[in-house]
Amino acid sequence: MNDMRTLILDTAERIFRDLCDQALVDKAEKGEWPAGLWQTLEDSGLTQASVPEERGGAGGTIGDGLYFLKTSGRYAAPLPLAETLIAGVLLAEAGADVPAGPLTIAPVRAGEVIEFRDGTLSGTASRVPFAHAAAAIVVATSAGLAIVDPKAVRIERDKSMAGEPRDTVIFDGASATIVGKVPAGRVWQLGALVRSVQMAGALEGILAMSVQYVQDRKQFGRTLSKFQAVQQSLAAMAGQVAAASSAADTAIEATEAGDPGVSIAVAKARVGEAAGIAAELAHQAHGAIGFTHEYALHQFTRRLWAWRDEFGGEPYWQAEIGRQVAKAGADNLWKFASRT
Amino acid sequence: MTTALTYPPRTLGPEQEAMRAEVRAFLQKEYAAGGFGRGQEAMARYDLEFSRRWGQAGFIGITWPKQYGGRGLTFLDRYVVTEEALAAGAPVGAHWVADRQSGPLLLKYGTEEQRQRFLPRIVAGEAFFCIGMSEPDSGSDLASVRMSATRTDGGWLLNGTKLWTSLAHICHYMIALVRTSPVNPDNRHEGMSQMIVDLKAPGVEVRPVYNLSGEHHFNQEVFTDYFVPDENVVGEIGAGWEQVMSELAYERSGPERILSTFQTLVELVRQVGDDPSEVEARAIGRLTAHLMTLRGMSVSVAGMLADGKMPVTEAALVKDVGTNYCKEVPEVARLICPPEDGAGSNSRYEKMLRTATLIAPSLTIQGGTREILRGMIARGLGLR
Ligand SMILES: Cc1cc2nc3c(=O)[nH]c(=O)nc-3n(C[C@H](O)[C@H](O)[C@H](O)COP(=O)(O)OP(=O)(O)OC[C@H]3O[C@@H](n4cnc5c(N)ncnc54)[C@H](O)[C@@H]3O)c2cc1C
Repeated sequence: MNDMRTLILDTAERIFRDLCDQALVDKAEKGEWPAGLWQTLEDSGLTQASVPEERGGAGGTIGDGLYFLKTSGRYAAPLPLAETLIAGVLLAEAGADVPAGPLTIAPVRAGEVIEFRDGTLSGTASRVPFAHAAAAIVVATSAGLAIVDPKAVRIERDKSMAGEPRDTVIFDGASATIVGKVPAGRVWQLGALVRSVQMAGALEGILAMSVQYVQDRKQFGRTLSKFQAVQQSLAAMAGQVAAASSAADTAIEATEAGDPGVSIAVAKARVGEAAGIAAELAHQAHGAIGFTHEYALHQFTRRLWAWRDEFGGEPYWQAEIGRQVAKAGADNLWKFASRT
Repeated sequence: MTTALTYPPRTLGPEQEAMRAEVRAFLQKEYAAGGFGRGQEAMARYDLEFSRRWGQAGFIGITWPKQYGGRGLTFLDRYVVTEEALAAGAPVGAHWVADRQSGPLLLKYGTEEQRQRFLPRIVAGEAFFCIGMSEPDSGSDLASVRMSATRTDGGWLLNGTKLWTSLAHICHYMIALVRTSPVNPDNRHEGMSQMIVDLKAPGVEVRPVYNLSGEHHFNQEVFTDYFVPDENVVGEIGAGWEQVMSELAYERSGPERILSTFQTLVELVRQVGDDPSEVEARAIGRLTAHLMTLRGMSVSVAGMLADGKMPVTEAALVKDVGTNYCKEVPEVARLICPPEDGAGSNSRYEKMLRTATLIAPSLTIQGGTREILRGMIARGLGLR
């Protein structure tokens, strides 16, 4: 890791540790915008770590921004950090300046199209993350990338099971200008990447919580960690978490190197699978307390359950990989799998 | 702070890709010339002549110093060589143990004389080793080994039994873990030593133990006043436990732990064809995603070894996740391509599916059971 990245991650870690506690996540899920946390992150240049300085960012690489997101996942940070990263990357790639403040992107669901004609938008995007809280919505329209003011569109609020805003945005009649191009499928691909990375962070979070919990909690006169059945199940969880983290990091590195290939599909498929298994094991290790609202485990597991389905769940990406493998053919399977 | 074990992605460099090209070219030529038949669980399949050609081509002991016939390359280069051999289904069983762990053990703990005596022959594919750890009453609890070594003039006399020794019947030597002093109840890990056993010398009888498929893979060896000369003691008398533990780090995270049923996946892909149904595509994609992720982790561990680290827990985790994956491959395959619907029992798909199903139980037992590995991981997490 280079100095710049170490600095980014140390700063992020410190800010989240100081400010992003259970109470803050709870309030955010109830609808209170965590302005202080956002401002501190933005002032530290973390929210646009991957955007070039001349476009309004901190001048880091996409890897810097993605590893920052992984850290944010470990704290269940209730902000559109992933969406801001994607919006920034899309705008910078299109050669446009990146506005300050929290950003989001639309559309985020397969099959939804926002038409651009004669300076006007039409169409509806559903489950747009944090739309009502965003300073701008970056829209991949039929004609290219547009920056839209959330006040200029109709927004119907909704939430995911993680308590994160997932709003319906009705663009009909809003005026916009096209600021540049966006390749087909780019939002979807980046979306799968950021969710993989956030989940990998959250998975590391629930492993750490579980390991801590079983060392604190006593039953039958000893800590749960002394029971072999508990040790075995946390070891199985560690296997899932390590695989998820490795798959996410591999996708980050491949993206950073400019050729993600199949790595994002692999990450979303593998991390999504690990999310379900590890969340189940984490809850089992915690007993009833983990099923309460009072204890923070759910802030992570609900995110894992929501994020794994967004931007294509496991079946979607598995099938994508499977079709590529089938096309390459049996005798090229090893070449396919060992491409580095 | 994170609790998780980490596997930083390791990109293989141009040197490794050059090595890959060299190995692939060799394997393709061998295969085309009928030099070997592709199979599964390649480390259990052997062909003495293939091993010799493999050694002569320079693919054994490639991390060892040149003075012993090695190529002085890194663990990453070795990784590429072994994964290519396994992916091609080449019969690498005969030289496998010597290349993976006996040679490195001698390099680390052996005498100069031992290195000169054994390493060049291993490299040439002419000296094969097996692992003499398990016994009838000592499996997971390896520290309970009973085989006794008693002092005699110029060496040691061995008495006892080793069991489950893979391919002992084709190997020249075994590195045996023996008790050189009685068990100390306060420290069970004391009093063990490692010795090189010449399996062709008198005093040891190698008996086959047939596995569930009826194949002769592992063996039982009965030792009766078997003489080991002092020059065949590996490392220090009494340090056997520590030496064995370092040996197991090499044993656990290699590509063999993720590729044992790879040929089944290959044949499944062939069976499904180039226009898979949604269900077929998902199944193949899922297995491929697991494989690619595991490979990344396994390469990462090879990178740690190349950096001089001892990633014991990381390796145990790769073996745990990897072997469970290998066992899943035939189970998934039979559900999406039921063998009874297929091309008949002589099809390659069915053959591979059958062998994968039959070897599956062994994968999470040999080299440390699932439960033992998870115990190690739990210790790494700070739970024990
Ligand atoms: C195909 C094959 C090849 C092999 N080749 C070799 C070889 O070349 N050389 C060699 O020395 N050995 C070899 N082995 C032996 C192998 O190392 C042992 O089988 C292994 O260490 C397990 O020992 P065991 O079979 O006695 O099982 P046991 O130790 O009796 O275990 C039986 C079951 O109990 C569980 N168990 C045991 N202890 C615990 C515990 N403390 N906590 C929780 N669960 C526990 C195990 O996980 C397992 O599920 C081979 C085995 C196989 C199957």
